[in-house]
Amino acid sequence: MIGTLGSLLPAPLVAAVGQVGEGFFHERSSDTLPCQAQPGHLFCFDWAREHIDRFEKPALQQLELVVLSVLLGFVVAFALALIAHRKHWLRPPLLAVTGVLYTIPSIAFFFLLLPLTGFGRDTAIIVLAAYTLQIIYRNTMVGLAKVPASVKDAARGMGLTDRQILWRVEIPLATPEIIAGLRIATVSTVAIATLAVFIQAGGLGTQIYGSGNLTFPTVVIIAGAIGMLMAFAFDLMLLGVQRLTTPWRRAVVT
Amino acid sequence: MIPVHPVFASFSGAIEFIFTPQPSNVTGGKLVGGFTQSMELLLTQLEVTLIAVVLALIVALPLGLYLGHRGIGEVLAIGLGNAGRAIPELAVIALVASLIGVGLLTVAPALAILGIPPILTNAYVGVREVDRSTVDAARGMGMTELEIIRRVELPLAIPTVMSGVRGATIAIVATATIAPLAGVTTLGDYIINENVYGQNGVLAGAILVALLAITLEGLLALLQWRLTSDGLKLQTA
Repeated sequence: MIGTLGSLLPAPLVAAVGQVGEGFFHERSSDTLPCQAQPGHLFCFDWAREHIDRFEKPALQQLELVVLSVLLGFVVAFALALIAHRKHWLRPPLLAVTGVLYTIPSIAFFFLLLPLTGFGRDTAIIVLAAYTLQIIYRNTMVGLAKVPASVKDAARGMGLTDRQILWRVEIPLATPEIIAGLRIATVSTVAIATLAVFIQAGGLGTQIYGSGNLTFPTVVIIAGAIGMLMAFAFDLMLLGVQRLTTPWRRAVVT
Repeated sequence: MIPVHPVFASFSGAIEFIFTPQPSNVTGGKLVGGFTQSMELLLTQLEVTLIAVVLALIVALPLGLYLGHRGIGEVLAIGLGNAGRAIPELAVIALVASLIGVGLLTVAPALAILGIPPILTNAYVGVREVDRSTVDAARGMGMTELEIIRRVELPLAIPTVMSGVRGATIAIVATATIAPLAGVTTLGDYIINENVYGQNGVLAGAILVALLAITLEGLLALLQWRLTSDGLKLQTA
């Protein structure tokens, strides 16, 4: 899939913006030098077409980072929310702790964990998961709180136990909010996972923050575009999951 | 947990680095770190963050309030907010550095781009959530549209608006950490240039950045509390 990415880019547009910033210093060399050796080029289409393969491995690494950390974050945050749903006194401290974890800039967080977990993927996953906690936890709590008391009363009247009410009534009704939280968390994580390169955890960041890449816009644009496409793909997929898991909402005419 | 990798650095060494200059690994025993340099980098990070937040506010807040008031442009206000989250910070900084140039004047606007989506979306949503009958009442009392925005919708939307401002500030201060890649020496300099500052410096940078972000978030929470009208506080209490 990634291999075909280069051919999707509109060539005339790329050629047009490629002319930006070419001063008289480069006029003579522009005929002979390949595009990537000339400063001021926004996007080198030829280079992109030839080198698109090198993005495959970083993209898959990034995908792995995102999936594992969002899964971990979801399991932890969802469990915390269910506990806090029963034990009201836990809510303020949980909100505060997840809030602080959310506030710590991820790049600082990566390095704060280094003395404990070292370089590599594990540290990145822990940090990215910690970052998602607040969003998923808060959305789950909002979703559970929105379930009308009358619905729970009706369920209780039909003979459901507290546990059954939670799993069969409250959580299904809270699903749109829960998935909304999951969407925000996933999209943010895709973007932040780019920074995992700083602790040698791979990902698309390797293509941006590599030797000389920082000054070569083409590589940065491709890596950034793959990241954004990945984020949108996750977003659409989760939206689909929400539609599938809440069939009753499709019947509601508002 | 047993560290798989050799111990990276110690927290005590990092804290010492923040306050007392240490000989550098590469610059021939030249002293690096210490309180003066730490404060200098911290102030630079604060400066670039504040400029970027103000720029983002100037662009996004009036637009969000206006769109929310008129009830138009939902696709722009909400869609931009969602798309904004997908922008990789590292790519933004790298592109700015390579295409526009390095320095405070290019980095601050670039960081502002990351702050615009959350402020815009929250300003829009905050105003849309204000009860329409309240707005009608204000209109009936003879308020102009501008007065309605300023004296009715904005005060009622403050909690939502401020949570957008807080989100924007967190994103901007976090990204300001990698601003040294674009020639603005913030605290991230300690983190990114391990060969100069050593492992203690890296950890020291991480500690300072985390403290800075948490402090900013705390101050903004306080500001939000001060800006929220007493009537709203009573309602939520």
